Amino acid sequence: MPSTSDFLMLSATLFTVGLIGVILRRNMITVLMCIELMLNAVNINLVTFSHMLGSLEGQIFTIFVITVAAGEAAVGLAIIIQLYRLKSSINVDDARNLNG
Amino acid sequence: MTWADTLLLLPELIAATGASILLIVPVLGGRARGHMAKWAMLALMAVTALAVIGSTYAVAGVQQTPTFRAMFAVDAFSVFFKLLFVVVIALVTLLSEDFLSEERYSTWEYYSLLAFALCGMMFMASGVSLITIYIGLELLALSSYILAGYYKNHEESTEAAMKYFILGTVSSAILLYGISLIYGVCGSMRLSTIAAALSTMLSNDALMFGIMLLAAGLCFKIAAVPFHVWTPDVYVGAPTPISAFLSTGSKAAAFAVFARVFYVAFPAFHLDWSNVLAAIAALSMIVGNLAAITQTNVKRMLAYSSISHAGYSLLGIIAMNEMGLRGILIYTMVYVFANLGIWATILMLRRHAYAGESVEDFRGLHKRAPFAAFSMVVFLLSLGGIPPTAGFIGKYFLFAAAVQAGFGWLAIVAVVMSAVSMFYYLRLVVAMYLEEGSGAETIYSPSLRFVTALSLTVTLVVGFIPELPIRQVIESSSHLVGRVVQR
Amino acid sequence: MLDKLWLIPLIPFAGFLLNGLFGKKIGNGLVTAVALAASGLTAMVSTLAVFQYLGAYPDHGRHLDRVYNWFTAGGIGTDVAFQLDPLSIVMLMVVTWVGFLIHLYSVGYMGEEDGYGRYFAYLNLFLSAMLILVLGSSYLFIFVGWEGVGLCSYLLIGFYYDRDYAAAAGKKAFIVNRIGDFGFLIAMFLMFNYAGTVDFAGVQSMAARGQLTPTVITAICLLLFLGACGKSAQIPLYIWLPDAMAGPTPVSALIHAATMVTAGVYMLVRSNLLYRMSPSAMMVVALIGGLTALFSATIAVAQNDIKKVLAYSTVSQLGFMFIGVGVGAFTSGIFHLVTHAFFKACLFLGAGSVIHAMGGEQDMRKMGGLRKKIPTTFWTFTVATIAISGFPPFAGFFSKDEILASAFATPYFPAVGKLVWLMGTVAAFFTAFYMFRLWYLTFTGDFRGTHEQEHHLHESPWTMTFPLQVLAVLSIIGGFIGLPQMLHTPVTNLLEHWMQPVIPEIEGIGKLIEIPVGTEATVALVSTLLAALAWYLARQRYRGRGLAADLATEQSHPGLVHTLENKYYVDEGYDATVVTPLRQLSIFSWKVIDGIIDGTLGLVGYTVAAIGDLLRFFQTGNVRNYALMLFGAVVILMWVFA
Repeated sequence: MPSTSDFLMLSATLFTVGLIGVILRRNMITVLMCIELMLNAVNINLVTFSHMLGSLEGQIFTIFVITVAAGEAAVGLAIIIQLYRLKSSINVDDARNLNG
Repeated sequence: MTWADTLLLLPELIAATGASILLIVPVLGGRARGHMAKWAMLALMAVTALAVIGSTYAVAGVQQTPTFRAMFAVDAFSVFFKLLFVVVIALVTLLSEDFLSEERYSTWEYYSLLAFALCGMMFMASGVSLITIYIGLELLALSSYILAGYYKNHEESTEAAMKYFILGTVSSAILLYGISLIYGVCGSMRLSTIAAALSTMLSNDALMFGIMLLAAGLCFKIAAVPFHVWTPDVYVGAPTPISAFLSTGSKAAAFAVFARVFYVAFPAFHLDWSNVLAAIAALSMIVGNLAAITQTNVKRMLAYSSISHAGYSLLGIIAMNEMGLRGILIYTMVYVFANLGIWATILMLRRHAYAGESVEDFRGLHKRAPFAAFSMVVFLLSLGGIPPTAGFIGKYFLFAAAVQAGFGWLAIVAVVMSAVSMFYYLRLVVAMYLEEGSGAETIYSPSLRFVTALSLTVTLVVGFIPELPIRQVIESSSHLVGRVVQR
Repeated sequence: MLDKLWLIPLIPFAGFLLNGLFGKKIGNGLVTAVALAASGLTAMVSTLAVFQYLGAYPDHGRHLDRVYNWFTAGGIGTDVAFQLDPLSIVMLMVVTWVGFLIHLYSVGYMGEEDGYGRYFAYLNLFLSAMLILVLGSSYLFIFVGWEGVGLCSYLLIGFYYDRDYAAAAGKKAFIVNRIGDFGFLIAMFLMFNYAGTVDFAGVQSMAARGQLTPTVITAICLLLFLGACGKSAQIPLYIWLPDAMAGPTPVSALIHAATMVTAGVYMLVRSNLLYRMSPSAMMVVALIGGLTALFSATIAVAQNDIKKVLAYSTVSQLGFMFIGVGVGAFTSGIFHLVTHAFFKACLFLGAGSVIHAMGGEQDMRKMGGLRKKIPTTFWTFTVATIAISGFPPFAGFFSKDEILASAFATPYFPAVGKLVWLMGTVAAFFTAFYMFRLWYLTFTGDFRGTHEQEHHLHESPWTMTFPLQVLAVLSIIGGFIGLPQMLHTPVTNLLEHWMQPVIPEIEGIGKLIEIPVGTEATVALVSTLLAALAWYLARQRYRGRGLAADLATEQSHPGLVHTLENKYYVDEGYDATVVTPLRQLSIFSWKVIDGIIDGTLGLVGYTVAAIGDLLRFFQTGNVRNYALMLFGAVVILMWVFA
């Protein structure tokens, strides 16, 4: 049986992997997936704490986060489609006209 | 949740219902009547405002269920911000009119998104649990991402939306992670329970990480350095009325959350986080103002200026005293109106899409549009903190609060940097009054005129007779400050 | 009138609104009428109020007219309230009447300019802000006027926007002033924090009751002085004033000589109780004042632009006022402020009349022999020159000598006082020299301009000469309000008695200066002799010869040989031993020290711009870089915290 701290380590690792993925990956879809990874890392944290504290709040919040993540995915995909329509590319490095 | 609770939720419910109705009107065949959307939206704002005012009367009479009380508060603080938000959204509606009719984008969906954003902002102002606050924040953020990319056929707008989306979601994930740590340490999402738990607790790493990550997420929303990188690009790329919205309404909502969370939940660890926030505030003021100096694009300049203003406002949170909280409220209001007025003037110069935003476009404006030029000067002086405009009063409170709290050095940085800021604000004044030449042509619609006039009135009234607004602000903030004193 | 003091700043403000909004439509005639009516009316209302005050307050106490509560909620606000007391009255009379004369003068001077309505609108707005500054009853409220006059000064310096340097000069003035304002603001925060009020009377009574620690008082005093340095152009913040000459000449006379730049002196005298409790702060004021007086007087010697000479002269004279305030002779500072307002306004307006006659030419090398062509300007200018040089019994003599004698006799820091006296005395010598240099170059000898200019020479219209005449008379008799004790005239030290209620003698707080008659006489004699010497040197060097002597100095050896063969070799001997080194000192101060201070400001500006560019470099536009920065920031935060 893994302990609470194991779950927290898992969550921290997942979160960092997600964040580094956002920094390193150029494909917008992958970036979106990395963001999902970060949100799910938080979910693991919340559920772990909820279990540890015996409080329901964490689990309720997890459901909200999942819902929000779905909304974010929808908006993110819409932006990707618009980007592709205009630039024929979903490489985030190609969109850098705004700078300075 | 009982009917009584619903009564208190009425403003949010109205905004959400209204937003949904606006969304389905075009499906029902209303697309042709795009010009009516503005009036529908303004009517919705009026009703929402009435509901907000009504909720203050309702709150005394109804019996709330404990669960509801733990999530959502109708207090003077939230009412102050909600009314401010409604006014901002109404003014942004007016600012958007010309843009929408010129670009032929669907108006109903646009206003619907604004109404959803309003709903999110109101939840942020009323949230007393981290759950409510997060939901409100995401509702606002999701609407903003779409609105930033509303110029569907412009690469810049889409790019802005993409950047805003990626950085925004990453930052809210960071914020969420902070929330989860705080929850783990304190065992609750409710701000007052967190405060109670913290008052008997010693400093520990998990908690500090939690507070810092939460602060980082909020700093992103208010565009404080070093979490500001998205601001200039998004303000330039987004449709101008949306830049106006992001720099005023969205920011004000983030400050409402920032203030409530830190004043209510974390006073016990003030010593620990205040120095970090002080560094962030100082950086914001320095970087924002210095970067603004070399800009030639007015929207980009305003973006950096708004970064520096986030720094000034942070003084109020760092100070953690009565005067600081009052300062935040006054300054947010003052800043919102001065900024909306400036955006209105920029929109007036908008010839097509992105034109009308370089400093040269302002040349000789005082001859073509004397009223607009004059009010622009007042707004710029207000942002620069020159008396007797409203901006002086706001800065005065914030700086005094910092001195009172022992952050004298921060006040010095703030005063010096507001002197520097005059440098680039004056550039616009010089262009308008002291330079000849043909700038952009002006299209001064009645809506823009109204926004300018209202902003001007507020800026001057708060400057000349600040006693009344200050009394109001004290009333709206004293119940949060009470907790600080108890500590 | 006493309960309607708010009318005094409101009348010119109404003038500003009328001319600002309708200036273009109503035509120059009505603009003139509105502007003159506004400034004249406010002067008359002020005078009326002063007479009523004299009747109502035989003991010359403080009259307070509270208009409304600006903001007090939250405990850090103040009232919008105006006050009349002897000090305000002196300032009020100077500002309104000199202001009116300069409005009148502007009618003639600006008559042919574009933007006539705009000019008078700004001028009226300035008057309004300045009146708030001198009548306000608290630091916070006068700060409104303080910023307001800065804004108007900015707008008026940049008035000729078709000249590139004008806009830049305006901006420089505003920014440098903001640096000074920083001191003012922080001083106010300290007052709130430690005294709980920013009302003049409130702060002073807190200080008098010993509620403020000496450290706090010194800090407040030094910060207020920083503000004064910006507004009143003292080292190192004086750099904006010479550039400010880009504005129209009447503006230079009103704002940059007679009124606005003296606001710093006014504020220090207002706070005299605080200063008297902090001798170290006073010493700083006196030393900076002495340095500024000396330094800018030397620079003025090397200037060829008639307005630049007067600009550096103003900086120097302001330095004299700060000497007076700094050594504890507050009345003498105000005394010099008043006489300076008369003779310097007269000089500036006279210079304006010269420039007007010359068709816009400001270079003294192209003038000469104007004495016959513009007689009224000539005699008024001569009177003012004698007054500023310090010859008895003209106005400047009494005020300057009271300052120098006080510096010599100051009980606060005797040794430093002597040093400051020395600086002031040398500065006074330079003052006489550069003024007579200007006078000889402009009015004597042959005309050195073009034929066209010579043909164009004419005396100015009466609207311009009348103010000159009035100011010239005042420059003669203005000093009689402060006749020294030693003269044994029926009334002596009129101004000092008048100012007594503002500078009260309080047990245990820094005493007021008593000057021994012997000291006073000696100091007066020394400076008069030095002024006479300076006049003689200038006469030998410049009378009827234009800049020949200056040119010879600059050509070094060939010139020296030439001068030795010259029949004036005795005079040239003087030149070689006294005047030439002085002149070289002057050029050194101007080119090197002035250059360094100005260059430092330029360097700061350059650095700021460079940092701005550097920051733009970080804004790459690539969202992945932004995410990296976000990540880095979070890591740093956690690292700092854990």
